[in-house]
Amino acid sequence: MYKIIKAEQLAEKIYLMDVEAPRTAAACQPGQFVIVKMDNVGERIPLTICDYDRQKGTVTIVFQVVGASTIRMAALKEGDSFQDFVGPLGNPSEFISEDLETLRKKKILFVAGGVGAAPVYPQVKWLHEHDIHADVVMGAKTKDMLILSDQMRQAAAQVHIATDDGSCGTHGMVTAVLEDLVTGQGKHYDICVAIGPLVMMRSTALLTEKLSIPTIVSMNPIMVDGTGMCGACRLHVGDAIKFACVDGPEFDGHLVDFDEAIKRQRIYQTEEGRALLKLKEGETHHGGCGQCGGDA
Amino acid sequence: MMAQDMLHKIPVREQEPKVRAANFDEVCLGYNEEEAVQEAARCLGCKKAKCVEGCPVSIDIPSFVAHVKEKEFAKAAEVIAQSSALPAVCGRVCPQESQCEGVCVRGKKGEAVSIGKLERFVADWSREHGVSPTPPSKTNGIKVAVIGAGPAGLTCAGDLARLGYEVTIFEALHEPGGVLTYGIPEFRLPKEKVVQKEIENVRKMGVEIETNVIVGRSVTIDGLMDEEGFSAVFIGSGAGLPRFMGIPGENANGVFSANEFLTRNNLMKAFRDDYDTPIWRGKEVIVVGGGNVAMDAARTALRLGAKTWIVYRRSEAELPARVEEVHHAKEEGVVFELLTNPVEILVDDEANVRGMIVRKMELGEPDASGRRRPVEIPGSDYEITCDTVIMSLGTSPNPLIAGTSKGLDVDKYGCIVADGTGQTSRKGVFAGGDAVTGAATVILAMEAGKAGAKGIHEYLSDR
Repeated sequence: MYKIIKAEQLAEKIYLMDVEAPRTAAACQPGQFVIVKMDNVGERIPLTICDYDRQKGTVTIVFQVVGASTIRMAALKEGDSFQDFVGPLGNPSEFISEDLETLRKKKILFVAGGVGAAPVYPQVKWLHEHDIHADVVMGAKTKDMLILSDQMRQAAAQVHIATDDGSCGTHGMVTAVLEDLVTGQGKHYDICVAIGPLVMMRSTALLTEKLSIPTIVSMNPIMVDGTGMCGACRLHVGDAIKFACVDGPEFDGHLVDFDEAIKRQRIYQTEEGRALLKLKEGETHHGGCGQCGGDA
Repeated sequence: MMAQDMLHKIPVREQEPKVRAANFDEVCLGYNEEEAVQEAARCLGCKKAKCVEGCPVSIDIPSFVAHVKEKEFAKAAEVIAQSSALPAVCGRVCPQESQCEGVCVRGKKGEAVSIGKLERFVADWSREHGVSPTPPSKTNGIKVAVIGAGPAGLTCAGDLARLGYEVTIFEALHEPGGVLTYGIPEFRLPKEKVVQKEIENVRKMGVEIETNVIVGRSVTIDGLMDEEGFSAVFIGSGAGLPRFMGIPGENANGVFSANEFLTRNNLMKAFRDDYDTPIWRGKEVIVVGGGNVAMDAARTALRLGAKTWIVYRRSEAELPARVEEVHHAKEEGVVFELLTNPVEILVDDEANVRGMIVRKMELGEPDASGRRRPVEIPGSDYEITCDTVIMSLGTSPNPLIAGTSKGLDVDKYGCIVADGTGQTSRKGVFAGGDAVTGAATVILAMEAGKAGAKGIHEYLSDR
């Protein structure tokens, strides 16, 4: 059993939990993820690692309620436990194995959409700890849905915010901010890391391709085991078929076939919808990622 | 009592095909005491027993069968336990027709002794009568790590525990059992009744099983040996990544690997309404492939309510699946489209599967595997309507462990290189099962697990 040390609601439908998982806490790196399973009948749900404390042996997860399983998960409280918690899964972000001197010369821009702020945060924090200061663009539907902005400000050089309704920061999409930074303010970035809902990553990648900024995206498709065994998480990256769990989750955003990925994400919507009807609330979701906020 | 017909096996009771095609209960009901004793009486008790040579783990078959004949079932169980930690599993899933039963002298005139069904009977009897293995009185204090709680790992761990080692198995999934848990369906191998009980017996030998640990991610082999005090490691991590064909339409919704389909159903119990994991319930399902895994996937799809086809590019004689599985699949209504190969998966506007174009094949000259090579017949393409395609084409090795362990050699396919004792290129590290051979059978993995335990024992004794 993996005990929940802290459980906190960050925003509407968005929850944060610190979970006791010493092996994962000791080994995880920015860019990786975990799979949790609540109880005997629960699904295996891949979730972002938002933070970790190697001393305390805890891993921080953030998830959005998007389906039957995450509704059940949101009801867990401090002192409760996950029956299963496995990780880290996937490859660490490439930059952590890069030469620090080379890395320090690079201008890095992160673009976080919605709950995508959670996987972006440990990357920005890692860079900060290595004296590298990245810029971050954070997007949310509205001010109240914005998460981890204070923590992000402490770790980033500059944080720019965009909300769909203009309640905080720029009124509009993250791409508008990005475009303004580069073409309006003439900022130069060597690399962009975009994490969030698929459509947001797709539009960001389209823009950065136009702006000639190499771009990394983090894919969160449906998966079962997370170790390469099931192949559910396969996607086209250029001409090659890759498994997000063992080859990713981070890929070249200019090569990922987002249209295919978006269609694949919908595969269990009907099934999941059925499970959800049993719970009689919320919106439908494939039940795989717990992070993407459906296709919104 | 009527004089027994010694030429033929005592038939084993099974669920009626029509009934079982709609449930997940076990197909084969096994022998009762009377049937087992009668079948055991057919054994000739050969002095130089060919069946023992035919058994990958060398169970003393004439001896355990003789005990069954005398109704000494506990003694029969003891004999089997000398060689196998998973008899209830092997009695159910071993390809006996090509092993022990294939060389049975009885089989030269008439039918071989039903060794598999007798093994199953003895194992089931022991479980029902609470017979369990005796743990060693004390351990030798030497720690050995086993990676993977599948057939190879469980066998290796059981043997090492019997020799006094302190064994910990690290399992990546949340349940131990490997393919016995995620791969082979309930109707062929009941999980709670059989698999979990046999794993419990391995635990009773003193073996610790730590689930949710992915070696190569959560820990590394270096970490286990250098920091956690394990003197030797056995890698029994299994087969790995599912293969796809590389044909158009393969990423459409409704195309699955057999691994995914079976894992959702068996490990995650998606066929049951009280479990959360969803499964795609197709109405018309094509399974591509001819192995045991393909049969399992087809029969699972059938039980979930689909009309089901097997599409296989060679003929029936080349089907790699066990004869019994093919027979059962046919009885249940799986349709075999043999000498047929997929060319393209047809996809509708919503990215869902709507059919498959297949091409007829004919058999040419034998290939490297000794089986006749399938050759395409030009202009023979036709379309089959379906909404689901399950690819059961085998697997390629998972690079996770080899990629994170210094000095561990792999072959050109990515399989870990190990000799007959399981010794890898790295001192103290042994390997066996599918991780070494590529996808094979439960019993061959167990054989490798046994060899690995022996190899580790010799290595640690010689230090």
